[in-house]
Parts: sequence; C-alpha cells; structure tokens
Amino acid sequence: MRFRFTEDQTLFRDAAREMLARHCGPEVVRAAYEQGAGAPDAWRHLAEQGISGMLLPEAQGGLGLGMCELILILEETGFAALSEPVVETVAVAGPLLEECGATALLARWAPAIAGGRARVGLGLDGQPYVEGADRADLLLMERAGELHALTPERALLTAQASVDGARRLFTVQWAEGTGTRVAQGEMAARALARARLRATLGTAAQLIGLGARCVELAVEYAKVRTQFGRPIGAFQAVQHKLVDAFAALAMARPAVYRAAWSLDRGDPEVDLHVSMAKAQASDAATLCTRSALQCHGAIGYTTEYDLHLYMKRAWALSRAFGDSDHHRARIARQILGD
Amino acid sequence: MDLHFTAAEQAFRAEARAWLEAHVPKEPLPSGDTREGFARVRAFERELFEGGWAVVSWPREYGGREASLVEWLIFEEEYYRAGAPPRVSQNGIFLLAPTLFEFGTDEQKARILRPMAAAEVMWAQAWSEPNAGSDLASLKSVAVRAEGGWKLTGQKTWCTRGAFCDWIYGLFRTDPEARRHKGLTYFMIPLTAPGVTVRPVERLDGDEGFAEVFLEDVFVPDQDVLGEVNQGWSVAMATTSSERGLSLRSPGRFLATAERLIALWRERGDPTDQRLRDRVVRAWMDAEAYRLHTFQTVASLQAGRSIGPESSINKLFWSEMDVRTHETALSILGALAELDTGAPDAVDGGAWLRGYEFSLAGPIYAGTNEIQRSIVAQHVLGLPRDRG
Repeated sequence: MRFRFTEDQTLFRDAAREMLARHCGPEVVRAAYEQGAGAPDAWRHLAEQGISGMLLPEAQGGLGLGMCELILILEETGFAALSEPVVETVAVAGPLLEECGATALLARWAPAIAGGRARVGLGLDGQPYVEGADRADLLLMERAGELHALTPERALLTAQASVDGARRLFTVQWAEGTGTRVAQGEMAARALARARLRATLGTAAQLIGLGARCVELAVEYAKVRTQFGRPIGAFQAVQHKLVDAFAALAMARPAVYRAAWSLDRGDPEVDLHVSMAKAQASDAATLCTRSALQCHGAIGYTTEYDLHLYMKRAWALSRAFGDSDHHRARIARQILGD
Repeated sequence: MDLHFTAAEQAFRAEARAWLEAHVPKEPLPSGDTREGFARVRAFERELFEGGWAVVSWPREYGGREASLVEWLIFEEEYYRAGAPPRVSQNGIFLLAPTLFEFGTDEQKARILRPMAAAEVMWAQAWSEPNAGSDLASLKSVAVRAEGGWKLTGQKTWCTRGAFCDWIYGLFRTDPEARRHKGLTYFMIPLTAPGVTVRPVERLDGDEGFAEVFLEDVFVPDQDVLGEVNQGWSVAMATTSSERGLSLRSPGRFLATAERLIALWRERGDPTDQRLRDRVVRAWMDAEAYRLHTFQTVASLQAGRSIGPESSINKLFWSEMDVRTHETALSILGALAELDTGAPDAVDGGAWLRGYEFSLAGPIYAGTNEIQRSIVAQHVLGLPRDRG
C-alpha cells in the first residue's frame, strides 16, 4: 500500500498548472463565459505537453498512460476552469474507441486528439445535453446500448443556455445512418459503462480543483478586505467557514485519486469507488462555493468579480454525470444490498 | 501509487486477524472508563503484549515488532474489526511514547517504555487545569527547584482514567518570569508520590473516567523531566503533528462503527425511509474517506514529509463524523435510542447510546474543534491571527 503519486506524475501536474495559469487565467475564463470563446491557447498547449494524448496508445501517437496520471491534471483544469472538452476528448474518447474495438476510427482520430486538433462531444445515456457539440469535430453518442459516431453537421443542435456561460450545451437530434454505428453488443455496453465512469471521475477531479479555486479566492480576499479595523479573515466566523470547506475538499480528494487507480486496474469495486468520488467531490465543491460566496459578501454576488466564473462551473459540474444524491443511491444499492 | 496491500502486508493482516480471533473476549468487556472495566481491559492488554501485538510499530527492544505505519493501520483495522476494546493504555502508548522516543533520555526510554507497553504501568495525561483549557499556556501549576529535582504544586483536571492510572504527565511553570508558552517544563509524576491527591469525577455517561489531581509540594526527581527545562511547550507540541496526529484515532475504529451501523440498518432500518438510508450511506462514506485520507497521509510521512498543522483536519473530521454516525444509529433505534445499559429492551446493551455520549467528547478533547479550526485557518490557510 503506497498512496502517493510518483515524482513524474506530480511534475507533469506542476507543468500543467503553470501552463494553465499562463494561458487560462481569469480573463480567458471570462471571455469564454461572455463570448463562448473557449480557451484555444491552453488547448493547444495541452497537446504540446503531451496531455491530450495521454490515454491514447503509444502506437497512435499517445503516451499510453492512465487515469492515475491524468487525474491530477484534470484537477488543475478544474482549478483553472478550463472551458474546453478535456474530459470528453482526453479522458473518455480514446479509451472508449479502443475498448469498443473501433480500431479504424481510433486510428483516424487519435492523431488529431493527441495533436489538439480535435474536440469530442459526448452524449451518454442519462446526459440529455452534449457540452460543446457545436464546436466538436466528432460526436460520440450512446443509443440503446450502442455507440455511434457522427459529425455535428449530421445532427440538429438546439442550444440550451447553461448557468455557466462558458458551457455550450446542446440537445442533439440525429438519425442513425450508414456508418454511424461504431459498436454494439456486450463489448459496446462494457466500453460505454467504463466511458461513463471516466467522464464521472474526470468531472469529480475538476470539481476538486474548482472547490480549491473558490476557497483560494476567498482566503485571499479575506486577507485584504478590512472591516472593523482588521482583515475579515481574522474573524473566527470567517476562518471556520473557510476551514470547513477546505477540510471537505481534503477529505474528498483521496476518494477521487483512489477511483482513478481502480479504473486503471479494473478493480471489481470501481463503480462504487467512482460513485463515492463524485458524491464527495460534488458536495465538497458545492460547500466551497457557498463558503466562498458568503465570505466575499456582496462583491461575490456580482459578475464583475471573478468568483462567479468558478462558482457557476462548480454548480454545473456538481450535477453533471450524476449529483451526490444520485451517486449515494448507487452506493446504497451496493453496500446496503436492500 | 499502489493501493494493493503487498504480500507481506497481507500476511501481517492474516497473522493479526488469527491472533485476535483467538484472544479477543467473545463477550464485550465493560467500559475501560470504569474501575472494573479498566482492570479487565488492562488484563487483555497484557495478553496483547505477550502476543507481541501491544505496540506493533515500536522497536523490538521495547516490545514492538517494528511494523511500518501501514501495518500499524492494518493492525488497528483488525483490532476493531475483531471487536476488541478501546485501549486503556492509549494515553501512554499513543500520546506520551512518541514524545519519549523524540525527547527521552536513554535511561527514560529503557525504564518507561516497556512497562508502558506491557500495561504494567498505566499513564494518564494531565494537560488541563481548572482555568487553563483551550488556553493551555495560561496554566498556573508550578515547579520550583529542589535538591536533585523539583517540587510541584497545583491542580490538574480531566485526567482520562486518572483514578485508575499509576503515573501522569503534564506541563508545569518552572520560570515564573517567563510569559505563557515560555518557562514551562514537561514532567512525569507517579500518582503514589507524597503530596498527590486524586479525585475521580463522574462523566456525562456516569463512568468515573475523569480525575482531578491535586499536587502539594510533590517531589519529582530530575530524571522525570522530559526534554529541556523551560522547553516543555515545544516538547509537548512537537509530536502532535507527526504520527501522534494519526494515532489518536486510527480509521479502523470508525470503519468498525460504520460496519456495525450497516448491520443495525439491515436489522432494524425501514428500507422505505430514504432519508435515513442516505444518512447510513454518508456515515459509511465518511469512514471510508477517513481511511483513504489516512493512507495518503502515511505515504506522505513515509516519504519523509511531516503533516504539520494539517493533522488538525483529521481531528475535526473524525470527531464530527463519529457524532453523526452515532446520531444516525440512534435515529434507526427510534424509541429504543434512550434505553441505557441494563434496560431489558436495550439493543446491544445500550452500546449506541454509550457510544453517542462518548462521541460528544470528541469535539472537545485533545484541543476543541474551535481551536483546531483556528489552527488550520492560521497555519494552513494563512489567515491572520484573531486578536479580538
């Protein structure tokens, strides 16, 4: 038992963190929120750092690594509120095509994914909206236990405004046609189930990062905002609220990392582990948004101030791929057996 | 990262499990915070020592088996899984011993550690005073120089199991001129010394688990000073954030409680009560989260890092989780929740009620949770000190 990332893994994370700080600062997130601009510079750099192809096989230009490597970086993309489909494209698409046995499709898309030239939209059952469908180069859609692949031009997209302006949600209507079906049967079902786990876990990791960002913003603000002649961060009522948020994150984080390991190893309890990760991360991040908003006071309730950019992403992601109630109900079925 | 237990760790677990299955009393012992229970748990701990399981992580010369921290956690899981009683030696082996390992002289270690591990000499903490609780550094008990040692005078309180123990340890002011944290010295005092009076105090749950200790000109020889004179504060605090931050409450205890809660739910829960069902899941998840967090902390310690003030987060988490878990159990019990030990209808002899009462002490002892939150706020988040 050694619950610790390797030095290589943390160095990879540090490099990503630094890159995101440079190319995905609050001004970029704001532009994405206000104009739907995404974060193309950061997206390009993710590819340059080898992150986009991290989970792709080496034969396809990837690094052949696993979720244990990617999870720390996904956490950073949450911290930066990166407005790009990194979970769908990097964490899910490659492994899904590979596990479906869609060799030809994988060979066609892997270089573009690894090179940062392709964005993937993901339409799994239970997720009514596809994020970034209009900008996607490839849509991977689940229907009746089958996996289909299509380009957005073959679908009718209806925009659905999200609380987070940077999230471009669409209802996707499409018809099966020649060549859309990628996989069916048991193999597809298994691969799709794993895709759902990857998407859920990737979202959980982003929530941890978003929660950390909200707490960090609130801590910095509480150090400089003065009332009654001292920084508000000196008041216990403020301190303790922020500590509770910080502590909830600290306790949720290992559950997320454990689930990454279970996914890579095909652990028989991986479903349980992913549900626990998402439940913990969703609740912790939501608490962080509440505490951060309260400690900011009215300034946090404006769109001029940056907090809302991170807070709204956390709200959106805390419900995406199942909220904490949904995942606790799944856990209940597994551990209570009633 | 490798979250599988190694073959050696699995073998260690199997060996611990087999020993515990053979030796843990089948009927639960009375509370170790009563005179009778204390004696019986102490006897069990002697057996534990004979079997080589009392202090698994210690060096062999003191009765340990030099187990790694991971193995220690495994042992703790097995210990509570087997239904073994909470340790009455814990304020010795988990609180004093780490300080002795770090600051004790060779003579002190040779004299004190083995009898402590063997439950031959039982230790109680004596930190608080009637007017020095959360503000421990304001303590008033004094020690004045005497030939070959010190004369101690003052009053200590909330000494856990103090009425049944043999020795106490605590801080005394040795430099009356120095302010607060400075000028304190760490002493170890036999409760049989002339001038010591021990008065048991009944706790919330009716057990005599507390004691007040009065000291009047009690002579303590130099050999029972731990660490440097006037450095007592740093000596006492040095190990709070290392293993001690972990060992106060290992996850094994809470995992066992969560398993008992699930068993209670299966036996008595109303499956249509979604809200209560959800609370059971939360309780299980909390225990699991604490376990994972602890394995992560241990890996970090083994890589040579110290956990520092972050250990306060552990204390906040387990103490509040323990209250919630017991509250959930009481909700499942409904009208039976108030039944105490001895009531014919009491479930498991009123164990959940007893456990609930004990859990309520968690957010208070070992530094109240308000103090812990302030420590995290100031030393982890870097927020300014509150100087109201």
